[in-house]
Parts: sequence; structure tokens; C-alpha cells
Amino acid sequence: MSPTTWGWLVLLFPLLGTITIGLGFRTYSRAAGVIGTAAIGLAFVCAVGALIALLGRTGAHREVTSTLWNYDVSSGVDAGLQILVDPVSIFMMLVVTGVSTLIHLYSTAYMRSDEGYSRYFAYLNYFVLSMLILVLGGNFIMLIIGWAFVGAASYLLISFWYRRSTATGAGIKAFVINVLGDVGLVLGTFFIFRHTHTVSFLGSFHAAPHVFHTDSADLVAGCLLFLVGAFAKSAQMPLHTWLPDAMEGPTPVSSLIHAATMVTAGVYLIVRLHPLFQIAPTAGEVGAVIGCATLLIAGTIALVVTDIKRVIAYSTMSQIGYMIMGASAGAYSAALFHLMTHAFFKALLFMAAGSIIGAMAGSQSLDKMSGFRRAMPFTFVCFIVGGLALSGIPPFSGWVSKDDIIAYMNNRGGVYEVLGILGYVGALLTGLYTFRMIFRAFFGDPSPEAKELEGGHIAHAHTPTNPANGEEEDTEVGFPGPEHVIAEREPAMKVAMGLLALLALIGGFLQLPGVDHVITNFLGSSLADAPLAAAAHEPTTTSAWVGLIIGAVIGLVGITLAYSIYVRRPGTAAKFQAALPWLHRFLVNKWYFDEAIDLVIVRPALAIGRFTETVLERIVISGGVTGGVTGAVRSGSAAVRRAQTGVLRYYAAAVILGLSAVVLYFLISST
Amino acid sequence: MSAVLFFIAAIIAIIGAIGVVALRNPLYAVLSLVCHLVALAALFLLLRAEFVAAAQVVVYAGAVMVLYVFVVAYVGGGDEVAAGSALRILGPLFAVALSIELFIAMLGTGLSGIKGHGAPYRYGFGDPEHIGKLFLTDYLFAFEVASLLLLVAAIGAIVLARRRRGLEDDERDFAAVRAAPRPAYTGTLAEAVGVRRVLDQLEQAGSVTELMGGVPQDKAMTATVLGSRDTKEPAPADSGEEQS
Amino acid sequence: MALGWYLAVSVLIFCIGAGGVMVRRNPLVILLCLELMLNAGNLALVTFARMHGGEAGQIFALIVMVVAACEVTVGLGLIVAISRSNLPIDVDELHELNG
Repeated sequence: MSPTTWGWLVLLFPLLGTITIGLGFRTYSRAAGVIGTAAIGLAFVCAVGALIALLGRTGAHREVTSTLWNYDVSSGVDAGLQILVDPVSIFMMLVVTGVSTLIHLYSTAYMRSDEGYSRYFAYLNYFVLSMLILVLGGNFIMLIIGWAFVGAASYLLISFWYRRSTATGAGIKAFVINVLGDVGLVLGTFFIFRHTHTVSFLGSFHAAPHVFHTDSADLVAGCLLFLVGAFAKSAQMPLHTWLPDAMEGPTPVSSLIHAATMVTAGVYLIVRLHPLFQIAPTAGEVGAVIGCATLLIAGTIALVVTDIKRVIAYSTMSQIGYMIMGASAGAYSAALFHLMTHAFFKALLFMAAGSIIGAMAGSQSLDKMSGFRRAMPFTFVCFIVGGLALSGIPPFSGWVSKDDIIAYMNNRGGVYEVLGILGYVGALLTGLYTFRMIFRAFFGDPSPEAKELEGGHIAHAHTPTNPANGEEEDTEVGFPGPEHVIAEREPAMKVAMGLLALLALIGGFLQLPGVDHVITNFLGSSLADAPLAAAAHEPTTTSAWVGLIIGAVIGLVGITLAYSIYVRRPGTAAKFQAALPWLHRFLVNKWYFDEAIDLVIVRPALAIGRFTETVLERIVISGGVTGGVTGAVRSGSAAVRRAQTGVLRYYAAAVILGLSAVVLYFLISST
Repeated sequence: MSAVLFFIAAIIAIIGAIGVVALRNPLYAVLSLVCHLVALAALFLLLRAEFVAAAQVVVYAGAVMVLYVFVVAYVGGGDEVAAGSALRILGPLFAVALSIELFIAMLGTGLSGIKGHGAPYRYGFGDPEHIGKLFLTDYLFAFEVASLLLLVAAIGAIVLARRRRGLEDDERDFAAVRAAPRPAYTGTLAEAVGVRRVLDQLEQAGSVTELMGGVPQDKAMTATVLGSRDTKEPAPADSGEEQS
Repeated sequence: MALGWYLAVSVLIFCIGAGGVMVRRNPLVILLCLELMLNAGNLALVTFARMHGGEAGQIFALIVMVVAACEVTVGLGLIVAISRSNLPIDVDELHELNG
């Protein structure tokens, strides 16, 4: 079968899954989990089929498009339901469907006691469908459609426990910021379309070098707008404030959407549109700078946050900063490689976090967790594997991929070298905050929950509370279910986490410098037209290995620092906090981004809204326009009513007057 | 000869018309109209419409005007002219304007027949025989409709002018309902027109609940109705209120 | 006489009647003035019948007379009913149908 047929099948199965579970949510209670997982599993199988079909071709034949039907061929827009199957999209498909299958498997156990079980799987399948539309899209229209759909799915899943006010607020925040990105995406498309007169990717890419010169204004504007979209979706500065709040959603949702797939859509966007970014280096520079800034800022905030899921969220933000930085600079295959490994170990970390949150009866605060090492050995191992991969310790996958990016940046020189060095600083911070989290949660004296678990009994809170603001809640629909699950007792969770841990361990070997270049070779055909990705820019093997060793050392330094602060001398952190309270406050308040956005955007918008309502709506429109019209009608009819005096003689006079007028008219018209 | 007769009849007709308009006493006005009608009959004769002239005298002046005299005698009524009514001046003005226009129309028309004396005379023109034949052949429909109209008018006159014997039961209840003050602010036409009635009702009603449609007891309502019949004093007040 | 004279008389009587309707306040007299106007119409009809030589005008004049009679009947019945309700016989006072 041709690759595009496999591509359509990949889209078909999650669609069927969504529709089946969505429409039959009353009939399916437990079956929804099976159906959902099976749908994504089948999609993964078809993605593998597409890969095999594509491997049989070479060169330009590896870019295959297929259009089901045309939406609109009028007004010069050639929008069709078109997919493009090429190495980049197959790569993304495999990552998305593979990790999604494992997360679906994990969710069948994790969400077991939730009343909204089938709703959850319908939404999750819908999300995977949207993400696949996004990566498979063959023209800008499909990209925008997928982009908007994943935003909607993210909203639905963040506010999944909709009776929690914090969850719904977080969902709205995420959606609003994502819409901002959508606007950027659509406007960027328009800027490009104006010159290339086609919305299909391949058409635009072939036309781009001819219609744009380097750094032409429209192209830079378009690429900057695309970057706005990428930043909103991938939670880069300054549109990143939604990601920590998005942790209100269930943990599998966080691991799927906000670690492995949706937030990587920005990276995919830059890699997919690389022919345009090649011609507009300014936009690339902007992207790289913002990516670097984000990875540093997020790293510093992760050092002080106490909610375990938010630590992992900021770590996600930071790692995606690496990817955006790399993709903007031209390290396309390195960025995608890091995307893949990051998906593995970040999903694993989130799954393990879900397990320990279950052991804590829903509480997510690091302040309350300690000493779970003996009570939860499997979770501990998963955390260690994920943490080592994240910190970039050999031989784990994160080590190879992260340093792949940094080596490329250093090789490019100039401002990119500076960014690369800052990337090493970020790596130090990564090791530090990751193992801060691990040491605090698993080392030290066991907390009461840990002791209960060692006794073989999962702790249960007396009354269920919202971990974000502590208010009491129920266990009905719209709230988390009453049961808490931990990985040690659920085979489904163990299988999923185990597979991911294995992948996090060995995934890096796909692209060891000097040993094998699986990913670069595979992606090479679609990146063939990118001068930046040419072999000349690739770092030499020696410099790559030097970079790898430096990266490993820095990671180890970070871990050792964390060990000494949190395990060997437990009071050190408190001393730091006491010595630099202003710094601590600054970081805990997330660099005051939320307050700044509130001041600059939210309050003026609310003021404009209020003004519009009180002045424009009430006075001008209701009072002036409709009130004026009705008032005019009323006063007009009042004036007319005055003619109805009821006095007979006036009526007679009016009749005779009218008669005179008619006769006069006939007199005049007959002359 | 006919010119002399014409002028005499015309002048009498016009004087009669002016008399109708100008005379204060309605009886005199009726008599003036009778005179006018007779003059008009003379004019009809001059126009060789014998039957119409005869009908005019017999039916119009004879029957209709007699009816008028009876009613005027029964009803009576003087006529005070209200000071300052604009129509005292405007009325004649409009009439003069209309007359001028019609004169212009008549004189300026290209109708040749106006200058002439009419079509050549056929024997039996205006005869009752001819009129009757036309009524029963060409204009039968008009004839029948006119007779129906007469029937309707006769019945109407009887219905309008009969003396009422007093209220029957359902009529009394209806009168009671009609006499109750209507609730305020319910959108009656009276309220739409002017607030005076509502204010009057507010003054007259004892309490707001009564005004808001609270039903008074039956005894009170009966007393109201019977009281209106006995003393006759609230009824004119009621009718006076109806007019204001 | 030329037929134009008859028409002139008719116009005069019509306008006198119209003026009377507008000026007088007693409904009986207003009805009388209405009769004036109807008669003026009759005169015009008969004149035109003479002008054209057909009797249609005279027939029409007879029908007008019938209508006038009916109208007087009903109108006088109304006035009798009004006077029996002790309402003033003055059209300026009877202005209930207003607004």
C-alpha cells in the first residue's frame, strides 16, 4: 500500500475511536478504555506501515501527498483535505502514536474510578486525532485545523475535572493563549500566501526561493507570526503562563499533551516550515533567543516550585526551549531527535509522578513527600531513569539528544555559540532541579503516607480536597474518582512505564555521533533543500564527543550539587532561602509574568469591555440607536395621534380638504 | 321662458341652502331645506326628469322631511357657537376653495355638452314607464340592493330607537363589570391615551388592591348597580367620566 | 338654459352644504347639510342624464334618494338614542372615539 493510504488509515482509527466512544458513552463503561487504546494502537501499527512503505522509496519520492477532496478552489485558494507523508511527518506520527498508546494503557488503570471514564477516552482519542491532523497536514489549512483542534482538546482535558474552579480557570487560560497563537498562525499563512499564491506546503516551499529574497519584510513578518503560534503552543516566553496551570488536568493528560505531543507542535512547525525560515534568518535568530531565554527562566523557576507536577512542567518548558532554539538555529534533525527522547523520558516522569501522587492520596506538594524509596521501588526506579535521561547522563537518551543540539549551536558560531553555552548553564540547572525533586520525594525520613504504604495500605485523605487551593470537594462526576492508584499495583501502568523507561535508556543510540546517523539519514531527504542542515554545518565527530563529555560532566555536577544540598546537608536549602528572600520570592512568583500579563493585557481588555458595555452598548446602541428609533416612532405616532381628536367637524374638514386636494391634482394634471 | 323659471328656481334653491346653514333653530333649518327641495324639484322638471321630480317632492320633501320634523320636535336642541373654534373661519374657507376649484374644473373642461342644451328630446324621456322599465331590466341589481338597504335601515331605526325596559340579569352583570374601575397599568387604551382616567380612578378607589383588580364582594357590586338605577346620580357621573 | 348653469348651481349647493357640515354643531343640522350635498349630487346626475340623453343618471338619482332616506333614518335613530341617554346634542361634546 502506498504511504498515503497508511496515512489516511492512521487518521481513521482515532477518528473512529472518538466517534464510537463519544456517541456510545452510556453503553461503554470499561470498554471505552480498551477501545481507545486499541484505536491508537492500530494507528501506531499503520504508522509503522507507512514507515515501511516510505523506506522503499528514495529521494524526492519520499514526499507523497494525497488529497481526499477539495474544500475550496474558488477565489484563488487551493485548500484541500490533503496529507503529506514524508520522513518528518512519519517521525512525528510514530512518536505521537507510540507514546499515546502507552499513555492510553496507563490511563485505563489510572482513571479507573473516575466517573468520566469514557468521556476521558473520547477526549484523549480526539486529541490524538487532532495531533495527527496537525503533523500529517499537507497544506497550511490542515495545519491550522489540527492546531485549533489540539487547542480545543487541550482545553477539554485540562478542565476535565470541571467542577474544580481552578481547573476551569486553567483551561480558559490555556485556550485564550492558544488562540493568540492561532491568530499568529493564520496571519502568518496569509503573509506567505500573498506571495506564493498556494497554501500547500510543497508548492509554497518550491515557490519560496523565487518569490522571496532573503529577509524580505513579508516573509520575516510571516515567520515571526508563525513563531508567535509556536511560542503559544509550546509554552515559550512570554506566552508560557498557561503551562504550569495546565497541570490541573489529570496526570496522563499532562504527560501526553503537555510533555510529549502538543507542546512539541511548535518545534514541528519550525522544522516543517524550514524552507521559509532559511530565507528569513532574522526570524530564526528571534526564535533561538527566545528559546534560550525560556530554558533559563524555566530552569530557575523549577528550582523553587514545590508542586511536583509543576516542577516537571517547567522542566518541559525548558527542554522545549532547547528544541526551539535548535530548530530556529537550523539543527532540525537534532531538534526532532530531542523531541523524541524528551517524549520518552518526560512521559515516564509524569507517569511516575502520577503514581506517587496516588500514594499521597492526591496531594502534589513536595513539602509533604519524603522517603518513598522503600515503599515504592518501581516508581523510584522510573524516576531515576527519567531523571538521569533528563539531566543528560550517559548512556541515557537525553544525553545524546540534548548535546546534539548544543554541539550544533556551538558549531554555527557567532551569537549561536553564546546561546549554546547558555544551554550548558541550563543543563546544570536541569540536573539540579530534577534531582532536587527526586531527592526530596524519595530520600529522607518516610512521610506518614510512605509509612502507611510500607505497611501495605494506600493512604486516603479524610475528605477529598483540591490540591491547588485546598478547598473540599466531592468524588462525583467532574471531580477525581475516589480511588488512588499506584504503579506498583497496576500491571497496565507498569507495562507502560517500563516500556518508556527502556526507550529512555536505549533511545539515544539511534544517533550517536560517529557511530550511526539513523535520524539524520532518515530525515535527510526532506531536509535536503536546507543549506543550514547541510553536512558542512554538522559538527565534526570529535567536537560532538567533546560536547557530549562536557554535557555529561555538567549534568553530574548538577546532580552532585543537588545531592549535597538536599541529602547530605538537609538544611542548606532553607539557608539559601533565608539569605536571598527577594530572589526566592521572585522565582516563586514565576518572574512575575502572570502579573505583568495581567497588568498589560488583561486589565486594559477588561476596561475596554466595561467601557463598551456601559457606554457603547447601553448608551449608544440601546439608548441612542434602538432607543432613538423607538422614540422617533413613538413621538411620530404621538404626533399623528393628535389628529384623532374625536371631534366630527374636524374630520369632515379633513375630508373636504382632501377632496379639494384631489380635485386640484386633477385640475393641474389635466392642463 | 325656461331661463326665467330656471333663475327663479335656482335662486330659491340657493337661498334655501343658505338658510339651512345659517338658521339657528333646527326647525327653521328643516323648513328651509323643504323649500330648497321643492325648488330643486322644479329644476328637475326643467331638465325633463318628471319622475325624479315627483319622487323628490313625494319621497324627499314629503316623507323624509316629515320624519325630520318629528325628530327635531322630539329632540330639540339649540345651538351655541363655541367662541374661538378655528373651524368657524376655516370651514367656509375650505368650502370656498372647493367651490372655486370645481368652478374652474367645470368651466375649463372641454365638455361641449355644457354649452349646449342637451341631447335631442326623445318621446317619453324621463317617463315613469321608461324609468320603471330600466329599473327592472338594466338596473335590476341596483333596484334590489336599494330595497335591501331600505329593509336594513328600517330595522336599524327600530333597534336604535327602542326604549329599554331596564337591565336583564346578564346585562346587569355586564354593566357591573363595565362599571368597575379597571386595574391600573394593565395597558388599557385609556391609559395609552392619557393618564387622567387612571388618576381619577385612583382617587375614587378606596385601596390599591381594589384598583389592582381585587374583586369586591357581590353585595357591594349589586349595591353599586342598584344605587345607580335608583338615584341616577352616579350614572351621569359615570357617563360624564366616560366622556372626559 | 345651457346645461353649464345647472352644474354651477349644483356646485354652489354642494359647497354650501360642505361649509355647513364643517360649521354647525347640532348633529341634526349637520345631517341636513349632508342632505344638501346629496341633492347637489342629484342635480348634477340629472343634468348629465339630460346632456347625454340616457336615463341612467335619473335612475342613479333615484337610488341616491333611497340611500339618503335610509341614511337619514338611521342617523335620526342615533340622535334619538343619544338624546335619550341624556347626552348633549352637540358633536363637539361627543368625542369619545379619540386617541
